[in-house]
Amino acid sequence: MDELLREYLPILIFLVIATGIAVLMVVASYLVAKQRPDSEKLSAYECGFEAFDDARSRFDVRFYLVAILFIIFDLEVAFLFPWAVAFGDIGVFGFCSMVIFLAVLTVGFIYEWRKGALEWE
Amino acid sequence: MTLPAMLPALPEIFLAVFGMALMMLGVFSPEKRAFKTVCTFSIAALLATLVLVLANPGGRGVAFNGLFIVDGFALYMKVLVLIGSVVTLLMSERFLRHEGMDRFEYPVLIVFATLGMMMMLSANDLIALYLGLELQSLSLYVVAAFQRDSLRSTEAGLKYFVLGALSSGLLLYGCSMIYGYAGTTEFASIARVVSAGALPAGLVIGLVFLITGLAFKVSAVPFHMWTPDVYEGAPTPVTAFFSVAPKIAAIGLFLRVMVGPFDGMIAEWRQVIVFISVLSMVLGAFAAINQTNIKRLMAYSSIGHVGYALMGLAAGGRSGVTAVLVYMTIYLFMNIGTFACILSMRRQGSMVEGIDDFAGLGKTNPKMAMAMLIFMFSLAGIPPLGGFFGKLYVFMAAIQAGLVTLAIIGVVASVVGAFYYLRIVKLMYFDDAAEPFDTPIGKGVGAVLAVTAVITLLFFVGLSPVVEVADAAAASLLQN
Repeated sequence: MDELLREYLPILIFLVIATGIAVLMVVASYLVAKQRPDSEKLSAYECGFEAFDDARSRFDVRFYLVAILFIIFDLEVAFLFPWAVAFGDIGVFGFCSMVIFLAVLTVGFIYEWRKGALEWE
Repeated sequence: MTLPAMLPALPEIFLAVFGMALMMLGVFSPEKRAFKTVCTFSIAALLATLVLVLANPGGRGVAFNGLFIVDGFALYMKVLVLIGSVVTLLMSERFLRHEGMDRFEYPVLIVFATLGMMMMLSANDLIALYLGLELQSLSLYVVAAFQRDSLRSTEAGLKYFVLGALSSGLLLYGCSMIYGYAGTTEFASIARVVSAGALPAGLVIGLVFLITGLAFKVSAVPFHMWTPDVYEGAPTPVTAFFSVAPKIAAIGLFLRVMVGPFDGMIAEWRQVIVFISVLSMVLGAFAAINQTNIKRLMAYSSIGHVGYALMGLAAGGRSGVTAVLVYMTIYLFMNIGTFACILSMRRQGSMVEGIDDFAGLGKTNPKMAMAMLIFMFSLAGIPPLGGFFGKLYVFMAAIQAGLVTLAIIGVVASVVGAFYYLRIVKLMYFDDAAEPFDTPIGKGVGAVLAVTAVITLLFFVGLSPVVEVADAAAASLLQN
């Protein structure tokens, strides 16, 4: 049991260091840097022109749809990488498993395609 | 190529493949006919799965390298869940067409939710447990919000989603604690760690979080807050579905986790289960008294019934598990029947949900009033109807386990609860007749109403075979 927990020690150390550095940077920038805010500095950053309006406005729901679809296929690729690396060892069974996984995803893809989720107008 | 054993999971694999085929069928058939076609095929698929489940020779089978288990207990609960799903689809068709939400995604989502529940009931590992639970929950969030134009339905869906996500988070946290301190996610190995003695505190904390997550899913007090709003807001056939199939599946999962891997910690978890059982029974009895909406009333009623089922779990052992199984069997039929009545409450084409709308039903529609009378008496636990035997077995198991106080509180709560069930009977038979409901109520709903009423009324005839099967199922669960 203790050995099991000891295996996770590097992760704990990593978390402590990561949190420490993040806190340090935020605190240090407050302490060290000069703070002279004006309205120009505090406004939302837009590249090359002044901000039109508040960034907290309503978006078209289709942006979310595209974002969700992106995540699904992004995750698919994330699964494909370790599979491809280990391909030599996992044999026909590994190959078939991934093909079934991709087939399930394709069913979802065909559904959204037929439903017109990919058409912008 | 060596394949891991998959044959025990044949019904699930069949349903998964068929569910995807249904999705393709729906999206490729002309829009007008899609709903009708997919609905018919979904019912066929669920019935075929039921046949596959029943065709299982029995005995214990493990699939997917020990992640998936089939035993008498899983088979028994799966049959109940599948009956609940088929009946829901039978009752939904007409309602959805009337309300203009006859989109083919509905039956497909019900099929996937059922698949998730079957996975839950066969889980033999914390990861398999979570996969099944999420497949079920995600499908249910969507069907709760299926009436997109209705503010209440979308609110119900969102509320259910947010609280469901929270409970999944708690459950996952508990699972991670258990994994951290037991060093394994497999139920049999966890059981070995638990029975080895010297329990680490982390394991107990993890178990408490796991119970919290599961209590959310069965809507036991104090994790019940979402239930009345979701039951009231969701479309009525969806509420009917929520009140039976997911509840039975979650109770089944609760039993498998508590009696299986954590059997050795019964001293630790029994007090927690007794506590939530008492609170659920008492709140279910008292909070329902001043409700005016029948769906809200049924939500509190279901909270109360979960309390009784948890009493059986608190009793533990073979008699406790048998009592819960018998209870859930009766609960399935009487609840589905009550919702078939609620689905028939339609005046001049639109649904009514007030309890006052039952007034004078005994004169305007004696058949429906008679059915409703049977369900109300059964829910209240009045002999010789089905509900009485469910309570009887649960109380007996509790007393055998030495939980006499719990059983007494249960009896008192059921007396208080009888008040609001009997109020509906009084409204139907002794109050002045309101405007009659629309007739005919439709073949699907009518058939469900008649069959469930007969089963609830004559349950005592088939009581001993049901108890025998439930007892065998309980024995198979305890042997793991």
